[in-house]
Amino acid sequence: MHPAFSVIFLTTLIGAGQGLFLALFSGQTYSAVNLLPAQHSSFYIIGSLLAVALLIGGLAASFFHLGHPERAWRAASKWRTSWLSREVIVLPIAMGLVFFYGLFHWINWEVDLFGNQLPHQVTLMIGALASVAVFLLYLCTGMIYASIKFLQEWASPLTVINYLLLGGASGFTLATALAAYNAPTLVGFYGGWAIILTVSALVTRVLSLYRNANIKAVSSVQTAIGIRHNRVQQKAMGMMGGSYNTREYFHGKTAAFLKSIKYIFLVLVFPIPVILIAAGMSADSIVLLALAFVVQYIGLMFERWFFFAQANHPQNLYYQTI
Amino acid sequence: MTQLALVIDLNVCVGCHACVTSCKQWNTSGAAGPLFDDNPFTKDPTGTFFNRVQTFEIGQFPNTETLHFPKSCLHCEDAPCVPVCPTGASYKREQDGIVLVDYDKCIGCKYCSWACPYGARELDEQQQVMKKCTLCVDRIYDESLPEAERKPACVLACPTNARLFGDVHDPASEVSEAIREEGGYQLMPEWGTKPANHYLPRRKTRLRIHEDELARVDNPLKKEDIRHETSTDITLDDWLM
Repeated sequence: MHPAFSVIFLTTLIGAGQGLFLALFSGQTYSAVNLLPAQHSSFYIIGSLLAVALLIGGLAASFFHLGHPERAWRAASKWRTSWLSREVIVLPIAMGLVFFYGLFHWINWEVDLFGNQLPHQVTLMIGALASVAVFLLYLCTGMIYASIKFLQEWASPLTVINYLLLGGASGFTLATALAAYNAPTLVGFYGGWAIILTVSALVTRVLSLYRNANIKAVSSVQTAIGIRHNRVQQKAMGMMGGSYNTREYFHGKTAAFLKSIKYIFLVLVFPIPVILIAAGMSADSIVLLALAFVVQYIGLMFERWFFFAQANHPQNLYYQTI
Repeated sequence: MTQLALVIDLNVCVGCHACVTSCKQWNTSGAAGPLFDDNPFTKDPTGTFFNRVQTFEIGQFPNTETLHFPKSCLHCEDAPCVPVCPTGASYKREQDGIVLVDYDKCIGCKYCSWACPYGARELDEQQQVMKKCTLCVDRIYDESLPEAERKPACVLACPTNARLFGDVHDPASEVSEAIREEGGYQLMPEWGTKPANHYLPRRKTRLRIHEDELARVDNPLKKEDIRHETSTDITLDDWLM
């Protein structure tokens, strides 16, 4: 496939935004049961603003992918069958709930919903709903790719798991940097989980790389044209200047280029951020922690590029030569 | 239920691209607007087509065979491009099984083309909507045309009659008969998309002559040679002469 930057930005930005929200909300729930020290509301307000900004950035990027963005509202209609439609519905819901989560921290509205006198019940309830929406959004984003059985590199539960863990890792890394700025008592908690999520994502991403390296193509040129002969060679694809089929489905890069992108993302997404987080936590340095997020995010853009480029569409069997 | 489709006879396709040009001519002139062309007369011409003729070489020199392979939307009975469309712009008609795109609803997200293993869909770079073969839906029901012309443009244009058009669900139709009796097959059957379009295989016409047919064991002329020698006994003929 030809990687589109609109979709690379969409998936990496919303992944980080969702992960950041999950970090904020898990911090709040832990502090609600006194496992972590309570934070000033400004931490949650800044955090959820940042998460909403990332989600809006992703949504804005996605519009560049559409031929007719002014008709995008129509995309909510076929949620019964289309994962893309489901994502189009869940993304604004998640965005709105994360926004309200921050808003209610700001206006500090206290209602005793359950009659147990505990503080912050409203934000905890909104946060719980938002977490559900965020997890559903990870599922939708992953399933958009995993549900296309023809793209065998994507048609695996690992795709969904990777979107969840990679997005979560980058979100928790960002939360660590944010905590260093605004809530120093949470740096250890977020940093620890950022490392755990990054290492888990490494395991599942390497698993998917291993799976894709050993993939056996279902279709061949023989089944594509229905000729049973071991040696079938395309001599003409019916056009000379290329077409949508050649532009959309071929990345046009060499195997060596692809391989180098793979090693770049494997280094930038996993070991370097882990080292930077560990160093930032021990040195108490906000610069190192912020750098960890920036490096990991850039690495995730390489990772997403590779994710798209690696997928080999069976239609390519019909477009082997000019 | 009706399922209109094409049956393409690879045995007689000569790769002349008449179906490609007639398709382009008819469909670029219709109410849905033109099919985009970029640099049509200069270097690297590109554009939107519903139909392409590709060429494959089978075997290794000198034992090779050239296959001309017309490829368009196969109007799958279980079309994978339809359920993935987020807007419902991509749909399969109940009444005749034609898979169509509503160009006014399409948002140009390309997701349907990802879900087509055949590469049958092309995004129109100018209109930014997904386009594909319509089986000339604006032609086959047009009662202002003589009945013989109510067929897809490609079918009418084919000089060797390699393209048959009809209802593949009607067992008595010309296309069903061709599929049944001449080994019609589907492309990439492994994905379970059940393409409605079928292809008829290349068939070599060979004269099969057995050695026995060249030198018959019961050749009456040969029988003369293995007869016993003529008898010298007096026979009835001698008496009558």
